[in-house]
Amino acid sequence: MQDVTNFKPLIVAFCCNWCSYAGADLAGSNRLAYPADVKIIRVPCSCRVNPMFILRAFQRGADGVIICGCHPGDCHYTSGNYYARRRMSLLFSMLDYLGIERDRTRVEWVSAAEGAKFAATMNDFVEKVTALGPNKRLEDLRCKK
Amino acid sequence: MQRIGVFVCHCGTNIAGTVDVVAVAEALKNEPGVVHSAEYQYMCSQAGQDLIKAAIKEHNLSGIVVCSCSPRMHEATFRKTAAAAGLNPYMVEIANIREQCSWIHKDMASGTEKAIILGKAAIAKVNLNTPLTPGESPVTKRALVIGGGIAGIQTALDIADAGFPVDIVETKPTIGGKMAQLDKTFPTLDCAACILTPKMVDVAQNEKIRIFSYSEVVDVRGFVGNFDVTIKKRARYVKEDICTGCGLCTEKCPQKKVPNEFNLGMDNRRAIYIPFAQAVPKVATIDADYCTMLKTGKCGVCAKVCTAGAIDYEAKDEFIEEKYGAVVVATGFNPISMDKFDEFAYNQSKDVITSLEFERLTNAAGPTAGKLLRPSDGEHPHTIVFVQCVGSRCEACAEKGKEYCSKICCMYTAKHAMLTRDKYPDTDVYVFYIDVRTPGKAFDEFYRRAVEEYGVHYIKGMVGKVSPEGNKLKVQASDLIAGKQLHIDADLVVLAAAIEPDKSARGLATMLTASMDTNDFFTEAHPKLRPVESPTAGVFLSGTCQGPKDIPETVSQAGAAASKVIGLLCKDKLTGNPCVAQSDEMMCNGCSSCERVCPYGAITYSDKEFRMPDRTTKIRRVASVNPAVCQGCGACTVACPSGAMDLNGFKNNQIMAEVDAICKM
Repeated sequence: MQDVTNFKPLIVAFCCNWCSYAGADLAGSNRLAYPADVKIIRVPCSCRVNPMFILRAFQRGADGVIICGCHPGDCHYTSGNYYARRRMSLLFSMLDYLGIERDRTRVEWVSAAEGAKFAATMNDFVEKVTALGPNKRLEDLRCKK
Repeated sequence: MQRIGVFVCHCGTNIAGTVDVVAVAEALKNEPGVVHSAEYQYMCSQAGQDLIKAAIKEHNLSGIVVCSCSPRMHEATFRKTAAAAGLNPYMVEIANIREQCSWIHKDMASGTEKAIILGKAAIAKVNLNTPLTPGESPVTKRALVIGGGIAGIQTALDIADAGFPVDIVETKPTIGGKMAQLDKTFPTLDCAACILTPKMVDVAQNEKIRIFSYSEVVDVRGFVGNFDVTIKKRARYVKEDICTGCGLCTEKCPQKKVPNEFNLGMDNRRAIYIPFAQAVPKVATIDADYCTMLKTGKCGVCAKVCTAGAIDYEAKDEFIEEKYGAVVVATGFNPISMDKFDEFAYNQSKDVITSLEFERLTNAAGPTAGKLLRPSDGEHPHTIVFVQCVGSRCEACAEKGKEYCSKICCMYTAKHAMLTRDKYPDTDVYVFYIDVRTPGKAFDEFYRRAVEEYGVHYIKGMVGKVSPEGNKLKVQASDLIAGKQLHIDADLVVLAAAIEPDKSARGLATMLTASMDTNDFFTEAHPKLRPVESPTAGVFLSGTCQGPKDIPETVSQAGAAASKVIGLLCKDKLTGNPCVAQSDEMMCNGCSSCERVCPYGAITYSDKEFRMPDRTTKIRRVASVNPAVCQGCGACTVACPSGAMDLNGFKNNQIMAEVDAICKM
């Protein structure tokens, strides 16, 4: 069993370019700290996040994956975040069935003005994933180098 | 294999303070494809950019990674730098090690480790980048202004002045908007009509401007430079080009009991009407809801008296389709409904009125010809109570009011109070306020004049209840400074109702795919740096549709929006975004999944002939993307079950490579 006190989770965050990525930038501009375990990948819209990306992340050893998009009704592309929401609710329930706990996956709406919310969300998410410990369920040892 | 250059920026101490930039540059040196790695104080400076250019040439780089601030800040800068050195600008990737790393982490070790991982992800991505060329689209050199108030009028005049044709679409029978209803304007007290109506005439006489009054926008398609707009011209049953605006019909029409919306229902008009004397276009309109001829087929008085023969009872709604290069939204505001504010007895007494109704009561062209008379009995009021912030700054009562400050009420209430005391010195005027907010040129002086010269009683406190008793209005209020309850027997109570965006704005925002805030005000592309542009390219904002503002501010914003439109229309061609979806026809199975999720209708299907391995040909239905219409959201790439659809700049394998790089610990 891994030493839980020193466990640093690996979190992949997909952020849409228009709201959440800008929200993350704002968190930075306001110096609102969140753990360095969060690594952000920029996508044009939350609807660009293919479930394959999330499976790949878990397969490669990610401990948590979070998708951030514009608030419902505010999508830069009108409806992208609705697609993301539907797709992810299906995917997450399937992942839950496979043993990836619900707390390891999340969809969150963060606007470009919500730097504080971004930092708070990340702090909370990292805390929850840390409590769960490392993801062993979907990790593919053949992918580990 | 790519030849990649990595450039790590110190950003002074912004990055170097918590990230060991030298270690980052060193660690990234051995990544696949990297042939050059350097760090520098300020990469975005001229010297830093020169360093990048020199490295591109010296090492014959095919792609670069800049580890610096957010791509939202300097991606465009470094793309230009790359282009100047002969590299395709889309071979540049940014690793955001400032906003998303150095600024949020205090610890050097973890900051440096994260910066290296972010750098590796960017390198993994740029390894799979391909040069992209943006498409070009033509610009239709005509602008559409939605809304014909002072904002729309000023925008249209300024655009037309630059030589571009403009169409104004206004839902009312005349342009002029709210400003036409005002009496005098603060802080100079010039008469609104005297400064507005000449502008309305300018619009009517300008050859470049067309006015679609009594019309609305019903459909918008297309994109910046190429909007296809459908305008519904509602039937006004009067031929606009023939009607001379003589007004004879409006005098003879037997249907006299129609509430006059221009005077906010305080008097009546006929079923055929011209809203006010200086209306533009000065053409009569038949109100189909009240016209006896249109409802029962029996009357026809207006047609008999019209010497020009302009009446046409058979008229139908017309739909006009037109192309535009830019759209300006100037839909304006309305005072909120007072129905939910029972405490002020607005619906129980005619003598409780809103400030806009007060404007009409003091206006020489209003229902009382400018005499301040009580609506109930036509008597001169001796005690007037003004209540400010009715529905504004209403944090606790979000279901009936607004959280924001409506901005204009303090000033117009000071104006109303001053004008009342000026015309009728025998009147006692009380103003109840939370705060008096007077930021603006000569605004505070104006308010002080109301208090000091005109003796208006300003009382800090809110009115709790207004109860009509006999012909008086019992006003119960608190004086917060004196710390006591006040009871005033008022003759007239004027409510400074909060203002809200026009109801048509939401539907319009959906059509234009322009975003709105929670109060239905249009959102600007950047609250400080791009205040007159909407986030949707080619859509601009003018006036109160973007937020509460007074006339000078509206006019300045209208001019600013016009100059942005002119800047756009001056261009012959627009370069598009090359990061658009692309379909692999060999893999596409023609299922239409992508077409269904595309919000822009950018995907079309066609039958194409394919050669099979056995040298026969086969016709298959495959998807193709119109790059000028596609905005690059990527919804289709995920919807596609066969993986035929991919998004340039954010390809599946690129994002996968980023995931891999981040997860490779």
